[in-house]
Amino acid sequence: MRRRLAAVLVTVALGTAACGSSEDDAGAGPGGSADAGLTGTLTVFAAASLTDVFTGLGRQLEEENPELTVRFNFAGSSALATQLTQGAPADVFASANPAQMAVVTDAGLAEGGPTVFTANVLQIAVPAGNPAGITGLADFGREELALAVCAPDVPCGAASEDVFAAAGVTPRPDTQEEDVRAALTKVELGEVDAALVYATDVTAAGDAVEGVSFPEAEDAVNDYPLVTLGAAPNAEAAEAFVDLVLSGEGQQALEDAGFRAP
Amino acid sequence: MRRARTPAPLLVPAALAVTFLVLPLAGLLVRTPWSQLGTLLTAPGVGQALRLSLVSATVATLVSVVLGVPLAWVLARSRARGRTVLRALVTVPLVLPPVVGGVALFLVLGRQGIVGRWLAEATGITIPFTTTAVVIAETFVAMPFLVISVEGALRAADARFEDAAATLGADRWTTFRRVTLPLVAPGVAAGAVLCWARALGEFGATITFAGNFPGTTQTMPLAVYLALQRDPQAAIVLSLVLLLVSVATLLLLRDRWLGRSGAAA
Repeated sequence: MRRRLAAVLVTVALGTAACGSSEDDAGAGPGGSADAGLTGTLTVFAAASLTDVFTGLGRQLEEENPELTVRFNFAGSSALATQLTQGAPADVFASANPAQMAVVTDAGLAEGGPTVFTANVLQIAVPAGNPAGITGLADFGREELALAVCAPDVPCGAASEDVFAAAGVTPRPDTQEEDVRAALTKVELGEVDAALVYATDVTAAGDAVEGVSFPEAEDAVNDYPLVTLGAAPNAEAAEAFVDLVLSGEGQQALEDAGFRAP
Repeated sequence: MRRARTPAPLLVPAALAVTFLVLPLAGLLVRTPWSQLGTLLTAPGVGQALRLSLVSATVATLVSVVLGVPLAWVLARSRARGRTVLRALVTVPLVLPPVVGGVALFLVLGRQGIVGRWLAEATGITIPFTTTAVVIAETFVAMPFLVISVEGALRAADARFEDAAATLGADRWTTFRRVTLPLVAPGVAAGAVLCWARALGEFGATITFAGNFPGTTQTMPLAVYLALQRDPQAAIVLSLVLLLVSVATLLLLRDRWLGRSGAAA
């Protein structure tokens, strides 16, 4: 129980901390000699749903380049886009949808065009054991259930609106969450019977949460673009990170986390 | 008392403090899209969110006064052991990140929570995602501000008045009502104002424990946060509305309630 509480608190902290988390892994010992020779600090702004995969890839890059420190700012894509247009210094931006990427590219902040590197579909998250017996999207129209969706203002909420429209379901949620991890937290705590989140979030949540797939999810496949920023303080490392994400290794890590190939 | 001239060494830091606190406000004013003001203000949900904010912050303040003033008395006057520990405990919400506070409320009052589970089984009532949950979250975060203010006022109040009342035959409850409470009224008022302001701006515990739904749980800070995701201009306007309403309310209250003793606030 205590471990589960700790896990929930960590999820909440990661999911809602306004400034995201920074990953200062001091694993590089003084004895390790750099072969690739990347140095300095690489700053990656990435959608909250990429937290686990990118943290792993960042650590790998650090191990290959002992002189390099990779820092992440994980948050909602729209919050990140706002931070970037307000002048936050970063090397790489990975967005959970093309619209927020457009905010950054339209502001002239990108170096070259964005690359779609992965995609995500929506899935219904239910507490372990599915106590309310959720079977599909139609259950979101049931008044008597406690239901969470993402707010229409954030990417997962916009995608949710699309699938509800495609399925002809009028959702009756009890809460419109500010981001996808916040919606998931409420499932983990057992406070809602179901939440509409991304498949990857269900995978990341582990045993406390089960996923229920539904056919209408195919109507809102969400592409994830990433880009190197024009003002990147560490362009070399930025390029290496983008290459790693696009490599077979990076793609496998994404697939393991529940993402699908673009 | 004659009004003292400000000593020079205080002047510069005080001016810096004013600049630091007021400049962001000026920033908001400068960036306000005045031409779209009408459209953005009459957007559906703005009035609703504002009304919900004002009502829930006011109810949270009333609850805080009813429960917090007695607690402040206990902290300031009682000689029970463990008072120091008690004081530290009740000020925990001041240092706890509100989001974590919201999760903690779930663990107690959620439908899987220690108390909430029992409540749901016995009565069928669940608290999360209701306006009640908004008030609870706001009270949890804001009440310590009132308690600290009132406790300070109680400590500063001259206990000899209470002793005198007691020697004149007043029982302890009468002494509290007729002597202590009037004595610390400015402190209670100041604490209530602080508490109300904190409740009005509450975000983290509310969005976690009460969720976000227009009309039932979406208060102004939540509306501002979500507007920021979509349309920063709208967020600025909403913030401005919240700001104006709260400043107006506070000025009004200051005149009406605090009167001359308002200096204490």
